[in-house]
Amino acid sequence: MTIADETIDYIGILAKLELSDEEKEQAKKDMSTMLEYVSKLNELDTEGVDPMSHTFDVHNVFREDIVTNGDDRANMILNAPESKDGCYKVPKTFG
Amino acid sequence: MDLMQLTAVELGKKIASGEVSVVEATQAALDRIEKLEPDYNCFVTVDKEGSFAQAETIQKKIDNGELTGPLAGVPVAIKDNMCLEGMLTTCSSKILSNFKPTYTADAVIQLQKAGAVIIGKTNMDEFAMGSTTETSYYGVTKNPWDISRVPGGSSGGSAAAVAAEEVPYALGSDTGGSIRQPAAFCGVTGIKPTYGRVSRYGLIAYGSSLDQIGPLAKDVTDCATILEIISKHDKKDSTSVDREDTDFTSALVDDVKGMKIGIPRDYFGEGIDPDVKEQVLAAAKVLEAKGAIVEEFDLSLVEYAIPAYYIIASAEASSNLERFDGVKYGYRTDSFTDLHNMYKKTRSEGFGAEVKRRIMLGSFVLSSGYYDAYYLKALRTKALIKQAFDRAFETYDVILGPVAPTTALKLGESLSDPLKMYLGDIYTVSVNLAGLPGISLPCGFDKNGMPVGMQLVGNAFDEKTIIRAAYAFERTMSYKRPTTLRERGL
Repeated sequence: MTIADETIDYIGILAKLELSDEEKEQAKKDMSTMLEYVSKLNELDTEGVDPMSHTFDVHNVFREDIVTNGDDRANMILNAPESKDGCYKVPKTFG
Repeated sequence: MDLMQLTAVELGKKIASGEVSVVEATQAALDRIEKLEPDYNCFVTVDKEGSFAQAETIQKKIDNGELTGPLAGVPVAIKDNMCLEGMLTTCSSKILSNFKPTYTADAVIQLQKAGAVIIGKTNMDEFAMGSTTETSYYGVTKNPWDISRVPGGSSGGSAAAVAAEEVPYALGSDTGGSIRQPAAFCGVTGIKPTYGRVSRYGLIAYGSSLDQIGPLAKDVTDCATILEIISKHDKKDSTSVDREDTDFTSALVDDVKGMKIGIPRDYFGEGIDPDVKEQVLAAAKVLEAKGAIVEEFDLSLVEYAIPAYYIIASAEASSNLERFDGVKYGYRTDSFTDLHNMYKKTRSEGFGAEVKRRIMLGSFVLSSGYYDAYYLKALRTKALIKQAFDRAFETYDVILGPVAPTTALKLGESLSDPLKMYLGDIYTVSVNLAGLPGISLPCGFDKNGMPVGMQLVGNAFDEKTIIRAAYAFERTMSYKRPTTLRERGL
């Protein structure tokens, strides 16, 4: 499978990655090798087989919506690259 | 003899009897680490001060009878993808180079409650994506059997630290073989528990439906003892199971009479190293001689496990790693034009090549137009693989096979060809896809003197049977210390 430039650009948007021209060429090659390899699955007849996301019979786990882990705001914000007045600081999002 | 040559349980006994103090044990680990780290690079972070502080507290609790467990006071290393409050937790990535979690992973909390002294955090493939520990941002880890070879991965730092006797035991995590394969490459023992056995709370996620935390140690007794401590139902992980059959040490019984062991014929075809094949089949003979009923059978679908695994794991990774965007924690790029550009530049600079490769593949297989053809197809294949195992366990108690097709490769050998590296996971990934427990233990050596690992796979939640088989086999072997330690008198 050949990967078009537009496909790599689109994946870059989905994956939020900025690739140099060189990285793009490498990504096209790598992805095409991988997709060719994984297309081996097409040899398998999976007609009528349900997709299995969880191996065991596990159901939704519910609990009351009660906060139990306390307020760790001050410590959490210490990990932020930038913060202001106890809030995360990000670049301007409006013009 | 150096204290670090003991198993974790042996050291725990000496501490309990008062023969060795917790500070002495901690000092012994730190001395080894200081001496050997320049050669092996098993750790990303060593917490010297914190270790002694823990040691003193734990000693008091042992003295006043509060702590009586088998591993009280024994030092441990934790793979660097498990959160530890206040301690640097990097996932061996640049993007988390300054991240100090505000909470601790549940498996680590269980160890702390049992009196473990947490020495530090071990090196790994970046975000656990790799089979060699070479994708770490913090340098490669060397195999203590031969420093020109990889320790395996992704829990390569944990496996090498145990083999090098820097710590008696370590925690690792296994998404597609990341405990079992490095254990095999470094000549130690590791268990990947049934999915849901050990809480994943605080484990930085790679492939959430596959990830599982487990022990790496010198022998089966240690692994069973550690697993017994960390297997606990946790409300904070919705996939954690609530079961009472966690008394794994009760399975340390030297008896396999009548145990039905199946060897998948399709594991021994093309691609397996002849030495690995010979050693693993010889190990089966040993179990047979001890009274097990050993048969060959066709497991089927073996060649479809890797393609299904890489689609599912990459898809989950692309979603799990969205959170690393330079806002809440970790690295942020220096210069950017706007918010979106900041996200993109941060991620592009913060992630290494293999992580980007998997994020891109994952984004692609989940994108509209390809979701059915790739992602759903992989989930259907997973269902078929699970059925194949279910059929096998109707007949057999244990499935015996190799851990990896080869022994430890030379450094740099697989970096240039990712697909080649992925193919090395052929015997391990299907176990994760089916959610089953697997143990990896040394069973011999190849012509270069590198350790060969055997894998025993059990039915879901039947860790005890594989522990019993592994224990019985281990009785016939003696633990061998890595070549570089013996040669250099370390």
